[in-house]
Amino acid sequence: MYRYDKYDQAMVDTRVEEFRDQVRRRIEGKMDDDQFKPLRLKNGLYLQLHAYMLRVAVPYGTLNSAQMRTLAMIARKYDRGYGHFTTRQNIQYNWIKLAEAPDILADLAKVEMHAIQTSGESIRNISSDQYAGAAADELIDPRPWAEMLRQMTTFMPEFSYLPRKFKIAIIASAEDRIALRWHDFALRIVQNTAGELGFEVFAGGGMGRTPFIAYCIREFLPTTQIFSYLQAVLRVWNRHARRDNIHKQRMKILVHDLGQEEFTAQVEEAFEHFLSLGEDFPPAEYDRIAAYFAPPAFEQGLSDEIDLSDPAFARWVERQVVAHKAPGYAIANISLKPVGGIPGDITAEQMELVADLAERFSFDELRSTHAQNLVLPHVKKADLYTVWQALVSAGLADANLDLISDLIACPGLDYCSLANARSIPVAQKIAERFADPARQADLGELKIKISGCINACGHHHAGNIGILGVDRKGSESYQLLLGGSGDEDTTQAKIAGPGFDEDGIVDAVERAVEHYRAVRSPNERFIDTYRRVGMDGFKEAIYG
Amino acid sequence: MRIITGNDLKTGAVTWWTGYDWSLHVEDAVDAGADAEAVMAREVATCRVNGPYIIDGEKTADGVRPAHIKDRIRALGPTVRPDLTLKPADPEAREWVI
Repeated sequence: MYRYDKYDQAMVDTRVEEFRDQVRRRIEGKMDDDQFKPLRLKNGLYLQLHAYMLRVAVPYGTLNSAQMRTLAMIARKYDRGYGHFTTRQNIQYNWIKLAEAPDILADLAKVEMHAIQTSGESIRNISSDQYAGAAADELIDPRPWAEMLRQMTTFMPEFSYLPRKFKIAIIASAEDRIALRWHDFALRIVQNTAGELGFEVFAGGGMGRTPFIAYCIREFLPTTQIFSYLQAVLRVWNRHARRDNIHKQRMKILVHDLGQEEFTAQVEEAFEHFLSLGEDFPPAEYDRIAAYFAPPAFEQGLSDEIDLSDPAFARWVERQVVAHKAPGYAIANISLKPVGGIPGDITAEQMELVADLAERFSFDELRSTHAQNLVLPHVKKADLYTVWQALVSAGLADANLDLISDLIACPGLDYCSLANARSIPVAQKIAERFADPARQADLGELKIKISGCINACGHHHAGNIGILGVDRKGSESYQLLLGGSGDEDTTQAKIAGPGFDEDGIVDAVERAVEHYRAVRSPNERFIDTYRRVGMDGFKEAIYG
Repeated sequence: MRIITGNDLKTGAVTWWTGYDWSLHVEDAVDAGADAEAVMAREVATCRVNGPYIIDGEKTADGVRPAHIKDRIRALGPTVRPDLTLKPADPEAREWVI
């Protein structure tokens, strides 16, 4: 993985001391809240319902064990013993004290981490495939480009005061594991007929109150021209963005107002200008960055056999283990969705155990996923049983990847100052209702995503079953949506009908699921059944 | 009643205006009445509290109860982590919120 050079380290250390001074001045009353708020947000420090919340960036979802141990230490020393992995591969702490925030950032800097650009009108943490560098189905590791874009877009003045936040994602496989087309700017690495690598470019995606799926605006962009192209996209957005209306500032609004053709034409015109400046990455820079992501020294000649004589282990392998590009190795998914637990939450002790496992069994690497789980990307198949036993002992061995209990949920009204309704209790009740592993396995892949407000941090628009919490005359109410997908077959979920209360929404989900069971074809996923039969039958089953 | 609430500047903890100071306990909140706006302006200037605002509430037999669920959650803590609330030993506390 990438390691800071002296410039990176100096920038992050300087930023910590700058923020320490800003915090001091705020506490001493030399700055009011209006002055201080944008400064703390630039350092990922929010004020939520119960305390300050710090969002720490996990660049493209990649961590090493030292970083994970530091995250555990922060949870224990500065928070209340746990952290929360988010739907953008970051981690949040819910109980931060303002005076201690600079110390936390200093501790993070020691392991080459920070909270810069995890808030505010900036280019946020760049998402990437949690299986990058390991997946059997990828063309190439996409993370060197993610890292180059991270470097080029961090602290760049033109990108520091954007009209709104801007989210980038990059993958290199046909299978989409990061909700690619729900991002403002999304790149899929593809190969042309000449065998050259390039980017398929998408723009204008996003969830929130006005959901849009990104258009493809370029089928093939040479990888060497990506920075010019990104600058062109941002220039067009900066030029036309509705800075007068907070609900219309996201780039998706502009892209869809102008239309795919006009937006693309304007980007191409700006692209010619930026290309002529000759500011793109030289190939040597790609080589330099890519060297940090060189594959680990995989052992040769390993067996692909796994002893599956333990039935519980066999179930875990079947669900949580994914094909690796190196013979004898596997990708192991770690569920942060125990039935009745809080999606994405992890204790300091669990973080330390996972860090130990990464160090011992996965070349010191870990990944976080947008579905709020973790990954050990490079595990020898012969070590899987030992890894599984350790996960069992820590309560991390649920075998529910992409099943109904693997719900995505935002923090909701239990923590978030923007939320209108609680998300977590609904996630817990659904997971408990469908707790039986046999029932979950029978239902197969079924992705439920829950947001506590229209901002859609819980990705309800992309849920096979989506749930949106709203405030209805002072009470929590939940809308049910069906048919969304964040996968390569991206679709936007549609509202099924009137909302429900907390218990009612769980019953409604069960009625939808039972209708699916009744009408599905053999081996047909929920989303495919929905697409085949349409909303009406589901509506009838849900509302009677 | 008109209650003033905010978050403590240093800790971020939820605080309630008691008439002369800030308390972590909603039971201590008073009806700020027509003075609420003036109190808020004065307290903002002291830099002890972040983002104070006025909410509706009522005095019940069980104490002060904010009208909106969001403020009741703020008063108690996350309903999904009773161990982290202000009343970890009270099994009824969650019901008070909802």
